[in-house]
Formats: sequence, C-alpha cells, structure tokens
Amino acid sequence: MPSPPSEPIALIDLARRGGRLDRDIATAAGALRFADFSKATCLAGAREKLAGRSVLLFGGDQLTIAAALLELDGVARRLVLCPPDLNPKHLGEIVATAEADAIVHGGEAPPPDLDVALAAPCRPPLRPADLAALPRLPTEWILLTSGTTGVPKLVAHDLATLTGAFAGAPANGVQNWATFYDIRRYGGLQIFLRAVAGAGSLTLTDPGETLDDFIERVIARGVTHISGTPSHWRRVLMSRVVARFKPAYVRLSGEIADAAILGALKELFPSARVAHAYASTEAGLGFEVNDGEAGFPAAYLGERDDGFAMKIEDGSLRIRSPRAARRYLGGNAPTLRDADGFIDTGDMIERRGERCIFAGRRGGVINVGGAKVHPEEIEAVINRQAGVRASLVKARKSPIAGAVVVADVVLESVAPQEEIVRDAIIAACRAELAPYKTPAIIRFVPKLDMNTAGKLARDG
Amino acid sequence: MSLRLTIVSQIERVAREQRKTLAPLADDLPLLESGLDSLCFAILVARLEDEIGVDPFSAPPEVAFPTTFGEFVKFYENAVAAV
Repeated sequence: MPSPPSEPIALIDLARRGGRLDRDIATAAGALRFADFSKATCLAGAREKLAGRSVLLFGGDQLTIAAALLELDGVARRLVLCPPDLNPKHLGEIVATAEADAIVHGGEAPPPDLDVALAAPCRPPLRPADLAALPRLPTEWILLTSGTTGVPKLVAHDLATLTGAFAGAPANGVQNWATFYDIRRYGGLQIFLRAVAGAGSLTLTDPGETLDDFIERVIARGVTHISGTPSHWRRVLMSRVVARFKPAYVRLSGEIADAAILGALKELFPSARVAHAYASTEAGLGFEVNDGEAGFPAAYLGERDDGFAMKIEDGSLRIRSPRAARRYLGGNAPTLRDADGFIDTGDMIERRGERCIFAGRRGGVINVGGAKVHPEEIEAVINRQAGVRASLVKARKSPIAGAVVVADVVLESVAPQEEIVRDAIIAACRAELAPYKTPAIIRFVPKLDMNTAGKLARDG
Repeated sequence: MSLRLTIVSQIERVAREQRKTLAPLADDLPLLESGLDSLCFAILVARLEDEIGVDPFSAPPEVAFPTTFGEFVKFYENAVAAV
C-alpha cells in the first residue's frame, strides 16, 4: 500500500520545530516572535485571499518580508522576492513572467499600473487574528538575479532546495544569527532560513542604521553566528565598537574571500571560527571552507554521496546539486543545466597545486560587493549620452568592495568637453541604474581594443 | 594642493555624485558616521590611487584600518611618505 501523500512542509513548521518560542527576528524598527504567528498576522485579513496565488513581495523593510514569508509559504502558489534595489520599471515584465496575480507591499502604496488582481499591505507588528486553516501548497520561491540587459532573471527554488544544506541536520546548540545581507538575496535568505529552522533568533539590518548601531544591537542580542560579504566585513574593520563583539562563527560569502580579509577577521575575532562559503542563486549553496585560506581544496572536486558534484570545465566551476534551483521562469529563459545536470556558475577557477583559486567571472561580469554587474547594461546607458561614440566597462580591483566599475569612453570627433560628458554619464547612470553600477572612474581614450571577432576585448 | 585638501575635495565629490549628506570632516569624525557608505569608500580609494599614486588599503595589513577621518588622512600621509 502506498502511504498517503504527506502535506508539504512549510516554513512555519520549521519555525515551530525550533522550540524556545520566545525566539524572534528583529530589526531596529521592531521584532516578530515565532510563537505569535499561530494567532496573529501582519496581513490584515488578506492571508486567505492570497491563498493559491502567485504573489510578488515588493517594498517594505526586512521585517515586512520576513513576516510575509512566514505567513505565506505553504499558502501561496508562488512567492517572488523583489530585492530592495529593484528598478520598478522591470516590475511589469516580472509580473508577467511570474504570472503574478497579487502583490504584497510594504507600508507604502503599491506601485501604480501593475496588472494584478489583488494588492495587500504587509505591516508589522503582528496583530492578533483568527487564522483560517488553509490547504497546504508546495510554494515556489522565486529569486531575482541580474541579467545582461538589466531585466532580472527569475530563478525558481522551493523550501527543499533552499534548506537542503541544513534541514534535518542535528541541532547544534542555540545559534543566534545575524547577517549584513538583505534576506531578499540568496546569501541573506540562507541565513534567514537557517535561523528559522534553528533554535535561536535572527538580527537583521535596518535601512538608515549606521554599522556601529547595528553592531551594538548584535552585541546586545547575544549574536553568536554572523554572515556577510567580504565587502561588508572590510567595512566592519572600520568600526570602533566591534572590539566588544565576540562571535563564535564568522561567515563570508558572495564574493571572493582573499587571504587579507580572512587574516584580518581571524585577528579581530581570535576565538571565532572564520569560514567562507561558496553559493550562487542558481547553483545554491556549494561548499564551505574552514581552513582559513583563500580558495578551496582541489579535493572538493568530484562526486559526493548526496548527488552533489563539482568540476572545472573550460576554466569555470560547474556544480550539480540537490540544492540548485529547479529552473528559470519564462518562455525565453535560458536553460539552467547542461545534459549532465551541471550548472555553469561562470566563476573562473585557477588551479594551483592542491588548491583551487577564484579568478573572477567569465564574460567581464563584475562583482561589486557581492552584486553582479553586467558591463553591457552600463555601456548601453553611457553610449546614449551626447558626444559618446563607444564605451567599455570593466572591473578594477578594490580593497574595499572587491571590485569597482570603471569605464573607458571614446568621444565623437565633435563632442562636448570631457568634464561635461563625464558629469552627464554619472548623472544618467545614477538615474537609471543601481548606485554600484555607476562607474567609479571614467577615462577618455582615443580607441577601444577589439578582438579578432570584431567584438570589444573584455578581460576574462 | 596638500594631501588633506586632495582627500577632502575627492570625498566631497564622491558624496555629491552618490547623493550622500556629508558630516563636517573633523579629525575625530568616525568614518562610519561620515555619511559615506562602502561603495563611496571604494570609489574614493580608487580615485585617490589615480590622483596620488598610492593605495594604502591594498598594502599588507600590518597597521590597523583607520576608523576616524584624521586616521584616514594619516594613513595616506604615511603611505605617501613610504614611497
């Protein structure tokens, strides 16, 4: 006899399993206690109406998003996490691709002109309510990742792929987590889910809060485990209050962790385990490196018992993983996996003896403080400015952000003065693109190098 | 132009471009309260390297990172003196 199909596990079940019902998620603005979710809501009666829908989560702070995820996983058919710096001009296309028929928005009004049947605000704190029992659904989680043209790609996960690295692992004491990441990105979402599925609390950043204020809260709330990008951590080195912080575990991910930042953190936190993790929105969590060195041991390559496998092909890291995304959404979306089930991460690897070292990204993609930047998107904005004939955007190594964006610009024979063009380029990039995509340095050059195929010569 | 003035003028420029409100640049101003975020510092350090030819942040981490504006200027003064 086949056993009856079991109900899908939802996020709220993971939260309940963690015991200690006083645990919570907090920003500077407020807190959500896990215990309260069974008899309270931030959705003001909209939860039932959102059941079975494809729901865009847009705007609001991290507490808003945390509440919406805990209330709607297992209830909605699909949850689309819009990152805070999402350009609203892409919303229409995202709604269409995700077949979204509802939007849950932060305290402010929903964005106008969106073709959805239902708009509902999500406003912490939790307020007491009688919650109807709703049928359980296996909710799809959609994460956004940058695409070449600026329109984000929609990456489909579910709770199983997202929690595969730690769900079912024996509880390892109380881990009080904090992260510098935003939970609407893969790196931050991993920490959010670890905290929910664990036995401790979670401390999140607030927009507008200074780093020292955040670290003060982290100390006051007894945080033991904390994660961020190498760029976040380089900024922590400028903090004057961090000396009083004594974490047990410090995690870096999202960018190349070099020997300098690993060494500096080991010195700053002598009693902590300093680890760097490799993950991508598409391939999921890959692995963790605990030996304090940059790169990873070549012994990590090959097959694991759980179906995880890693190899280097054409210079880039390829991963097959049960934690990988299911697919991209959309009719014209590229295929995620090759015929053998591997995902090309686009991260270039250099093998040095028994060590694999990260050597940047393929195709000129630039990683600024953990955010992926496609040069083509910035070149398109620059090339529209009066007097510009052509441009080439590339990475320049930065000790603060890993890399910054720089642009080489060729002017028309008749063009405004260089300073005027420079100001116009910066103003246009600031208006149309995320701040980290504005070139840090603009150089005017007589010509750009082409490769033999007549394309702009990009490094890497 | 003195090194300090070069640094001040670059900081003001970055703040203007990134639309950040800058705190008065006193020596004891904590860098984290200057109004500049990580991206601003990354841009600033790249531009200062182009203008004065040194990037003390990329040097081996023998000295602690600066935490105030005064230490930041000193960090560059020491690096220029060492060249």
